[in-house]
Amino acid sequence: MRRSMIALLLAGVLAPFAAQAADGVDAIKQRGTLIVGVKADYKPFGFRDPSGAVVGIEPDLAADVAKRLGVKLELVPVVSSNRIEFLQQGKVDMLIATMSDKPERRKVVQAIDPPYYSDFVNVLLPKKAGVKDWSELKGKPLCATSGAWYNKEIAQKYGVEIVAFDGSEKPLFALKQGNCVGYVYDQTFVQGKLLDAEWSGDYEMPLKGVLDAPWIMAVALGNDTLQKFLEDTTKDWMKTGFIVAEEKKYGIEPTDYSKGMHEKMKSATN
Amino acid sequence: MDVIPAWFKDLYETTGLNFTVFYDPYDWNRYVDGVRMTVVLTVSTILASLLIGAVGALLQGAPSRIVRGAINGFVVLFRNTPPLVQIFFFYFGIGAILPAGQDQFGLRQPFIDNVDWAIIALSLFAGAFNVEIFRSGIEAVPKTTVEAAEALGYTRLKAYVYVILPLALRVCLPALNNNLVNLLKTTTLAYAIAVPETLYAVKQIWSESQNVFEMMLVLFVTYGILVGILVWIMHRWEKSLHIPGYGR
Repeated sequence: MRRSMIALLLAGVLAPFAAQAADGVDAIKQRGTLIVGVKADYKPFGFRDPSGAVVGIEPDLAADVAKRLGVKLELVPVVSSNRIEFLQQGKVDMLIATMSDKPERRKVVQAIDPPYYSDFVNVLLPKKAGVKDWSELKGKPLCATSGAWYNKEIAQKYGVEIVAFDGSEKPLFALKQGNCVGYVYDQTFVQGKLLDAEWSGDYEMPLKGVLDAPWIMAVALGNDTLQKFLEDTTKDWMKTGFIVAEEKKYGIEPTDYSKGMHEKMKSATN
Repeated sequence: MDVIPAWFKDLYETTGLNFTVFYDPYDWNRYVDGVRMTVVLTVSTILASLLIGAVGALLQGAPSRIVRGAINGFVVLFRNTPPLVQIFFFYFGIGAILPAGQDQFGLRQPFIDNVDWAIIALSLFAGAFNVEIFRSGIEAVPKTTVEAAEALGYTRLKAYVYVILPLALRVCLPALNNNLVNLLKTTTLAYAIAVPETLYAVKQIWSESQNVFEMMLVLFVTYGILVGILVWIMHRWEKSLHIPGYGR
């Protein structure tokens, strides 16, 4: 008697998890809302407009996914250091949050292939510093965002001292205050910042981008239906040139990766 | 010497528990530097906050109303606002308006760096509590003892330093103990302005290696040990100051 009750109880506790993992897309349709983790401090990929709403390339991509599913969209702002936990805890259905493709990440979340984007790592530097090569940064403090996968590699490879803060506003502020010589981050973000008059006057991006890495969307492990749906969606974006159009819409130079994938998929028949 | 790294590597491969700090020398060095920075922050803020507490408590009894008001204002301001907000305020707020030097490129170079600001902010925060803690001890010193000191010709300051403070310290040590333990744990907030202390180092490691659970364990054990050491020292101090028959 007691044993069967425990079994029943366990089944009751475990059932929701099993159900969620088994039919992700159906669960979202039933709920009527797609919950997506995006950046809110990463212009032009995800940032707040003057009204406070989160907008940008990734929110646009998320909106397109919601449209295809026929559900409403809810955006949850995440930062690099908490986004995977948000996904694992089921706070979001999926991530489109400038996440680079790393083997450690593929172990804990389900990556969506092909990667929807690809970007280099670069440094926002004051024009006055006159830095022309990565080697000149040796031993210098570089502001960074904590949680970025390349902080360790940059520190080891170029001998810089990483000074990491949460988010991207604090490291930028610390850079302006002179607490570090530059801000090491994703190249597209640096490009995005240099679109602002606030930064384009005194700052530049003189170095060659390094550590080219694809960006992946992610869903929870075992969410096969949503994975499949997103893989098809990504291919369709590449085919229609949606991502290249989004890059142009937000004023950044289309990357070789997004141009190349568009060229390749354009003629594909599926 | 390679037994420990090998064991932890094996643990990772067999169980998936990834304690990178114990087999990756780069992570290990960061972690050790972090612990060292935590110790530096703790020792310097404890000393500075004790000084602030002692001086503040003396000035609370000052004849000048302005001085008394200033001390009370300081206590209210720093006790009633969150320490994280104070750290941000000092580093991003005051740091930005203070005059700064120039480095070799002619770029702005602040005189006070993030570690200094963390020490300043945390010392003031804990110091505000210490003022009140010392006050509680001073109020417990019998009036007659103070009068006796005055009768012996002690000036106000001398009576405070040689009679009142030593007696007050014995009474308020348990409360002081609590505040200093709290201060040690509050040093973790310095991570927010990129002071490379233990939490900062561990957070960097877990965001690179996705081993949050394992590094949390390391963090808990580390602070458990650090607080244990501090409490042990404080208890030794309490014992050594104990006067038989006093304070009952």
